[in-house]
Amino acid sequence: MPKDGGIGASTKRREDIRFLTGRGVYTDDLNLHGQTFAVFCRSTVAHGKIVSIDTSATEAMPGVLAVFTGEDFKDVGGNPAGWLINSRDGTPMREPKRPVLAHGKVRHVGDAYAAVVAETYAQAKDAAEQLAADTVIDELPAIVDMKAAVADPSNRVHDEIPDNLCFDWGWIEDNRAAVDEVFKSAPHVTTLELVNNRLVPNAMEPRASIGEYFPGTGDYKLTTTSQNPHLTRLLIAAFVMGIPENKLQVVAPDVGGGFGSKIYHYGEEAVVLAAAKKLKRPVRWTAERSESFLSDAHGRDHVTKIELACEKDGTFLAFRTETLANVGAYLSNFSTATPTFLHGTLMAGPYKVPKVYVNVKTVFTNTAPVDAYRGAGRPEATFSLERVIDKMCRELGLDQFEVRRKNFITPDMYPYTTPVGLVYDTGNYHATLDKALEMTDLAGFEARAAEAKSRGKLRGLGLSTWIEACGIAPSNLVGVLGSRVGLYDAATVRVNATGNISVMTGAHSHGQGHETVFAQIVAEKLGVDANSVEIVHGDTAKIPFGMGSYGSRSLAVCGSAIDRAMGKIIAKGKKIAAHMLEAAEGDIEFKDGTFSVAGTDKAKTFGEIAFSAYVPHNYPLETLEPGLEETAFYDPGNFTYPAGAYLCEVEVDPDTGKVQVVAFHCADDFGNIMNPLIVEGQVHGGVGQGIGQALCENTSYDENGQLTSASFMDYAMPRADDVPFYNVDYSCQTPCTHNPLGVKGCGEAGAIGSPPAVVNAVIDALHRGGYDHVTHIDMPVSPARVWAAMQKH
Amino acid sequence: MTKVTLTVNGRSMSGEAEGRTLLVSFLREELGLTGTHVGCDTSQCGACVVHVDGKAVKSCTVLAQDVNGASVTTIEGMANEDGSLGVVQQAFQDHHGLQCGFCTPGMVMSSAALLAENPKPTEAEIRHYLEGNICRCTGYHNIVKAVLAASGQDVSALGVAAE
Repeated sequence: MPKDGGIGASTKRREDIRFLTGRGVYTDDLNLHGQTFAVFCRSTVAHGKIVSIDTSATEAMPGVLAVFTGEDFKDVGGNPAGWLINSRDGTPMREPKRPVLAHGKVRHVGDAYAAVVAETYAQAKDAAEQLAADTVIDELPAIVDMKAAVADPSNRVHDEIPDNLCFDWGWIEDNRAAVDEVFKSAPHVTTLELVNNRLVPNAMEPRASIGEYFPGTGDYKLTTTSQNPHLTRLLIAAFVMGIPENKLQVVAPDVGGGFGSKIYHYGEEAVVLAAAKKLKRPVRWTAERSESFLSDAHGRDHVTKIELACEKDGTFLAFRTETLANVGAYLSNFSTATPTFLHGTLMAGPYKVPKVYVNVKTVFTNTAPVDAYRGAGRPEATFSLERVIDKMCRELGLDQFEVRRKNFITPDMYPYTTPVGLVYDTGNYHATLDKALEMTDLAGFEARAAEAKSRGKLRGLGLSTWIEACGIAPSNLVGVLGSRVGLYDAATVRVNATGNISVMTGAHSHGQGHETVFAQIVAEKLGVDANSVEIVHGDTAKIPFGMGSYGSRSLAVCGSAIDRAMGKIIAKGKKIAAHMLEAAEGDIEFKDGTFSVAGTDKAKTFGEIAFSAYVPHNYPLETLEPGLEETAFYDPGNFTYPAGAYLCEVEVDPDTGKVQVVAFHCADDFGNIMNPLIVEGQVHGGVGQGIGQALCENTSYDENGQLTSASFMDYAMPRADDVPFYNVDYSCQTPCTHNPLGVKGCGEAGAIGSPPAVVNAVIDALHRGGYDHVTHIDMPVSPARVWAAMQKH
Repeated sequence: MTKVTLTVNGRSMSGEAEGRTLLVSFLREELGLTGTHVGCDTSQCGACVVHVDGKAVKSCTVLAQDVNGASVTTIEGMANEDGSLGVVQQAFQDHHGLQCGFCTPGMVMSSAALLAENPKPTEAEIRHYLEGNICRCTGYHNIVKAVLAASGQDVSALGVAAE
């Protein structure tokens, strides 16, 4: 049994109390003395030349304090791409400048070209409407479709980029010829062309930022909706505005969800800081939902052709893919890593496939930037693999479960080096598949299908056996691959003089429950009451330099840093205890919060050691510094590799094409589990988003680049009655071999594994209903698409 | 500007409102009750749900001047008199019915309104009633579970229990 409140306990979340009583403090909840309000003018055309912006009438309006345009920021830096990717021929990627405010041209609907600051929000809003009326933008032809963007290089998103390509990437290029050879002689080849639909992350809290400037010290403060305040500070300081890093405090208070969209630095953050300096007053901005749709980084948007070469018995010989990946009008911070090193490297799945080649062309279009969204590249890889495998099984009449089993990497093969450059440290894919089949009651499926048929519904079963890579690392490797930053994290464990503990983390919690889970880990390792441990995050003035939370990295990377810092605390505590107990340091044991001399009853409690460290009257001052506070940075030696098997059951209404997910079973291997309650919640949320992608959500631009799905009335977010209860199991555990907690990460799993399970289930239902001409339906598998697919005979 | 007076969570509170001021803005900006959130601009997300004279309404769709004199309950008024969590709030914590917390005030207010109308709702009734509240974090599982639990129904088959 887990220790009370320690590792493995389903401890209730402490952060819930403030959220359930209306006392959370999100950015827009702050009301600062002397505050002003910013409203942005955004392009209503997808592509256009800014001819003139006449600010005179706007500046004369009531309450208006300042107007900013691209001209005001033309001499500061651009918002950079975080990864520099080389094309197949070795040439570096194209990185057009992403200005704070559009200058010269606007490149997508929603591209901000000006900002108005006024005394009240209503005045700023009115003034922004005036400024829009006084702005002349000559509309240019919009580049929306990726294939057209590449095919017609005469029309350019960026004048200096002739083919609208950011890069043409091959992974691994040296394997290309060998993979092609396999396909020439393969006994069977299955080909599938598919679209991984563009999604809008839609954290429920819209983005918001407040800039402050303190003339007395020259300090800036940015309160913002960020998943990684230090990264935002670094980008603003080092790349965009040139503010010394130590003169800028970035605070990400309570943040209402991120899912990737709040990793990135956005231009609005720079504008509110510049405006605060100019006005010497706080400047506050909060996005309306439609602004979020237009200007948040979107996700996915791949067009892929995947081929699977195999033996007639289903033994995989090779995968080969060609993908067009949309990056939108500008490169968001991780947009170049997402379709490459978070996608191509996963294209072996959990399978011992000998050869893989991945080609990705990233394309500029006149649409909002596209970047990492929950899963980020790994859902795209998983969807391609699991769909083409499903199609192959149908073509060859093979059992989908046996084909997976035949091709799984087996537990005796670790560490396993894939043909796409990863080394899986551990796993057991047979175990998770067996568990999922047990959960789904496979033997009872035919009876359930027959019962559904009696109600006029087609029931189908879909499988996805997925793997992902979390906690991207190590820094020296990602540096070789093009990353401009390191990917460690950091934690400071401060034992206070009175014995309670403050832990400052680089990781940021925006729903994950770090304040509870990290405290459980500290309680377990230091043998203290979890209630005496406070987790501090989200403020660069308080926390060590860490990289924040994304890519399911918080526990594996920052949790490991906390563990390492606690190790230093214990080591120092032993030195103090040895002095106080007049024993050799090597004889001191630490267990359950007590330092004792081995084999004796001489002992000091954790509290006594802490007190001695801060009131060092009986203390080895000649050899040991007072105080009990340690910082650790942790740079992982490898990714972690969560994996699992998802089984989805759907019912299709053949009269309408409407799909209902009626059961969803998840058997996951996340390694060791810190808090089962929170792990289940993470899986639920990921699967909910995956079902949303599979059945509901679609980001739709028309041929003119107008976003026709720019509100919750047009963009189908999954609602409570679109999803079922999920059946979640995490008992198959192969602990990560290279981090001290043995953890793998669970935040993205659901969003990665679920979409192909849903679509495979729909195809299965249609085949069982006699519609066996349907080989694929692109997501979202809407009633209209299902019904149309059924009609094609 | 017009003076608007409401009874909010049992207390009389007043502030100034323009004709276009929404109830949610009035609560947040004038009265400082920031527990009620704005998650969209089309009355879809439900983060702003409060009770006006006992009925659940989206406060982004109500003009403050139109409800002058009304009795309003917000998330800040849902705890017990001793400050402990109310039944619905406690069920949300016990069953991990919230993650980022942003949609939570609206979810709690809608759930409380449902249970006032229908003390023992079925799973389907809960899912239908909460159609107007969007959550991006939980996949709704633990929200529906929490509402079932708050109504006294057995949820032991729906996943791990909090300790």
